Amino acid sequence: MATKPDLVSSESPKGMTQIVKTVVRFVMGIIFMFGCYIIVYGHLTPGGGFAGGVILACAYVILTLAFGKELSLGKMSDMACSILDNTCALLFVLVPLGGLFFGYFFLNYLGKGQLFHLFSAGTIPIYNIIIGLKVTSSLFAIFMALSIFGRFISKLVDEEEE
Amino acid sequence: MEPFLTILLIFMIIGSIIAIETKNLLSSVISCGVIGFSVSIAFLMLGAPDIAITQVVVAILILVILIRATITIDNTSIEAHWDTFAVVSSLIFFGLFLVFAFLAVQDLPRFGEPLMRVSKEYLATGPEKTGAANVVTSIILDFRGYDTLGEATVLFTSIVGAFVILRRRGRKRRTEEDTEKVGILMDKEIREDFEEFRE
Repeated sequence: MATKPDLVSSESPKGMTQIVKTVVRFVMGIIFMFGCYIIVYGHLTPGGGFAGGVILACAYVILTLAFGKELSLGKMSDMACSILDNTCALLFVLVPLGGLFFGYFFLNYLGKGQLFHLFSAGTIPIYNIIIGLKVTSSLFAIFMALSIFGRFISKLVDEEEE
Repeated sequence: MEPFLTILLIFMIIGSIIAIETKNLLSSVISCGVIGFSVSIAFLMLGAPDIAITQVVVAILILVILIRATITIDNTSIEAHWDTFAVVSSLIFFGLFLVFAFLAVQDLPRFGEPLMRVSKEYLATGPEKTGAANVVTSIILDFRGYDTLGEATVLFTSIVGAFVILRRRGRKRRTEEDTEKVGILMDKEIREDFEEFRE
């Protein structure tokens, strides 16, 4: 946020009112941390990649609603969303393919570790993180496509034609 | 536990009827949110916190997206019309569905007494074989990894399709030539060269 202080300041005319911006500035980090916790601890506590990814996408959606589309597009543009989505889709095939060297597809080939420890369960946390990033990028891309591209880009195109 | 579930189910049915029958699109969307939250409470009471978390978060995101998409449309109310053929045919199909569902449900195990043939094995050996303390995650990502791969593929395909459709509408209005050539998106320089060539 430090790189673009004009968009984050409460006096900026973009986005919602000053109350919403102040609350979002306080709550934003907590939501983001909770999403990361749900993803990373998915193999120990309830939750997992999908739920944590949707929470992270909700954090970006809140950022978009409160501060306007320029800030969140600067944080995560549509091209970055596409690249992250495609990379994670590829990784979710490549990581199980590594199991072929040890036996069969989708083999849990990393060390199991101790039960109830953070670094345990082999490849399951890696899958969780991959799915979380994929769900985050794809759901935020869908939100942008539905709310921004549908209205603003056609408006921008009309302005260009005039 | 079952009376609470019955109350929740009745609540959900009322919410879905309101969501279908109301004239205002915004209140219809809010009724859909009511259904989503009730489903999440039902999952929580049935002892499935993983799915309850996912359901509540997805309900919030869908509510935000739908309200954002609905408010932008100027016409937020729908005109009611009575189509006799549609009502009669849907009633007939609903009756047929009830008959076949009644026949099919009799073979299912009773509520609260599931068949534990495969899941007993997973519950017994899951923590040792995978090392994951959360049994649901060990089933989703290890025992049934193929299912999750298919799920991710479905998500990927739907996102790519939605992105392509929504973006092309924004880009196609640039020139008259683009609307004639369906599916061909030209860069600005190529388009200028093309126009010079045509002239």
